[in-house]
Amino acid sequence: MLSKPKKIRQVYFDHAATTPVDKTVVKSMMPYFTDVFGNPSSLYKIGREAQSAISLARKTVAEIIHALPENIIFTGSGTESDNLAIFGIAFAHKSIGKHIISISIEHHAVLHPLEELEKQGFEITYVKVDKEGKVFTKDIIKAIRPDTILISTMYANNEIGTIEPIAEIGRELLRYRKENKTAYPYFHTDACQAAGYLDLDTEKLHVDLMTINGGKIYGPKGTGVLYVRRGVKIKPLVFGGAQEKKVRAGTENVPGIIGLAKALELAQKSGPKESERVRKLSAYLWQQVSKKIDRVKLNGPQIGEDRLPNNVNITFEDVEGEAMLLYLDEYGIMCSTGSACTSESLEPSYVLRAIGLSYEYAHGSLRFSLGKENTKEDIDYMMKYLPEIVKLLREISPVNMNSKKHPKYK
Amino acid sequence: MNKKKTTKKSTKVKKSFDVRGKDGTSGWLYTDKVKDHFFNPRNFMRFGEEKKFKFNGYGRVGSPACGDEMVLWLQIDPKTEKIKDCRWRTFGCGSAIASTSVLSEMIKRKGGMVIDKALKLKPQDIMKELGGLPDRKVHCSVLGDKALQAAINDYFRKTKQHDRIMVEGAKVVDPDLKITDKDIEDAVLDGAQTLEDIQKKLKVGASKPDIIPSIEELIRFYREKYF
Repeated sequence: MLSKPKKIRQVYFDHAATTPVDKTVVKSMMPYFTDVFGNPSSLYKIGREAQSAISLARKTVAEIIHALPENIIFTGSGTESDNLAIFGIAFAHKSIGKHIISISIEHHAVLHPLEELEKQGFEITYVKVDKEGKVFTKDIIKAIRPDTILISTMYANNEIGTIEPIAEIGRELLRYRKENKTAYPYFHTDACQAAGYLDLDTEKLHVDLMTINGGKIYGPKGTGVLYVRRGVKIKPLVFGGAQEKKVRAGTENVPGIIGLAKALELAQKSGPKESERVRKLSAYLWQQVSKKIDRVKLNGPQIGEDRLPNNVNITFEDVEGEAMLLYLDEYGIMCSTGSACTSESLEPSYVLRAIGLSYEYAHGSLRFSLGKENTKEDIDYMMKYLPEIVKLLREISPVNMNSKKHPKYK
Repeated sequence: MNKKKTTKKSTKVKKSFDVRGKDGTSGWLYTDKVKDHFFNPRNFMRFGEEKKFKFNGYGRVGSPACGDEMVLWLQIDPKTEKIKDCRWRTFGCGSAIASTSVLSEMIKRKGGMVIDKALKLKPQDIMKELGGLPDRKVHCSVLGDKALQAAINDYFRKTKQHDRIMVEGAKVVDPDLKITDKDIEDAVLDGAQTLEDIQKKLKVGASKPDIIPSIEELIRFYREKYF
């Protein structure tokens, strides 16, 4: 029914889900699988070599985020880092208080641990975000109570790319602590999406804990970092060894750690230049879509300073996201949707719902998250087919959002 | 793909699929037939065709849970009561589109299905025709038979056969109490705002706490839809 290309081009627009591993990263990891395979806790040569490789990686990561090596904890994922930060603080400081502040558009890796804590008697305040997904610093500060032990706010949102004012919250929090002569609440940020595009300097951000994920910065999956500021105590979740300062037991994933550090190093080097290039591509994508397809809406902030450079989230009125996604997949184009049909819950994206989008709008959303191998040609290729796909699905669709009332109540 | 086993008593599709295998072994788990109907939908109402297409039965149904909505136009021969032709439109995911498309073929087949038989079509029949659907997607095909019933009821109304109108088939939310999403919708339109309000009216979910989330979802949906 739709025209088919002679050759299917593989276009990956789902970097917020995960990124391909950079070839240099793979190369840096290779020796640690087969040659330097020793357990870093072992005393003989290949054990010591593995240990020193980890130390070096720790130093690299620490320098990039402006921290000390002993502040870096290597974990098994961004999710694990978030869990360790939240449960770790909650369990270690519950005698001080059982109140935590967060925002409703956090990733599930933060929301689900918070829900679990709620079951255990903690109280969570979810501060509201505006229609672009942004939280206001004053609202966060206002929510602080004497028993608040932790604030957890994401650096950038994974679905709509909103950048939260982390440095500003951090600064205000320092002032609050000083005025009230207290060390609480601690401040955690999930920087999984921000890494590679935004400044990760923990001194500038004034964060006490920060999560980074290797699988989103062209590093290996199954690797993560939790930065914990000196003097901040957290309770471990995994016991059984003295690794990672007894906070995360288990033999270290040596190749993973090496790869993650290498990936972060590369991201740091290419940082601002790559951010600018990808932002231009994102702007081009949105410009093309809004020019060639009518009744579309950009979800989240305008493309610019307030938005993650690689994120474009668009609602196509009257069509359902999964249907579009599957059609695009036929052309080799990969992206994701906020539609319920791809979620476990049959509920459309809670992020899109939280910024005030109606069910119909949330169901018709596609997220394109760009990355370093994407070019203008990828977008041009997609734009050859996307208008046709949307047109066909609109023809099939009985919904017309232009008419205000539901047909049932005409 | 395992072969389906069906017994005479039940047409329940034994083997269903998830879009993504839980074990991560397979990507696309829709059957080839689902894919074919999804990528090449049959009998849908094209733009501009609405005015030309003669119909005497029209049905529109929507399921809030997955954001699916479906419209069906039927051309029923009053003498033979066979469905001579039909058109449809569906807002929904892959399986929703495929199941409507395959339904349109089923009812047009062999000179058209007699409406009494069409009224007896079950979601399972549509699923069987498609060769199975992912577990979570079953509710999409439930819509097809409901749209069909609504369109045939409309035909009865238009031909003044009021005694033949069937009570609207709705999706049962609480199997113990036989409470449907229609009941929830009515309760919300009647002013119910919270789960407690609904439970006062319907006692829904009292025996089954696990269905509470889906009820709350319905309440939220209808509240946003109408208020």
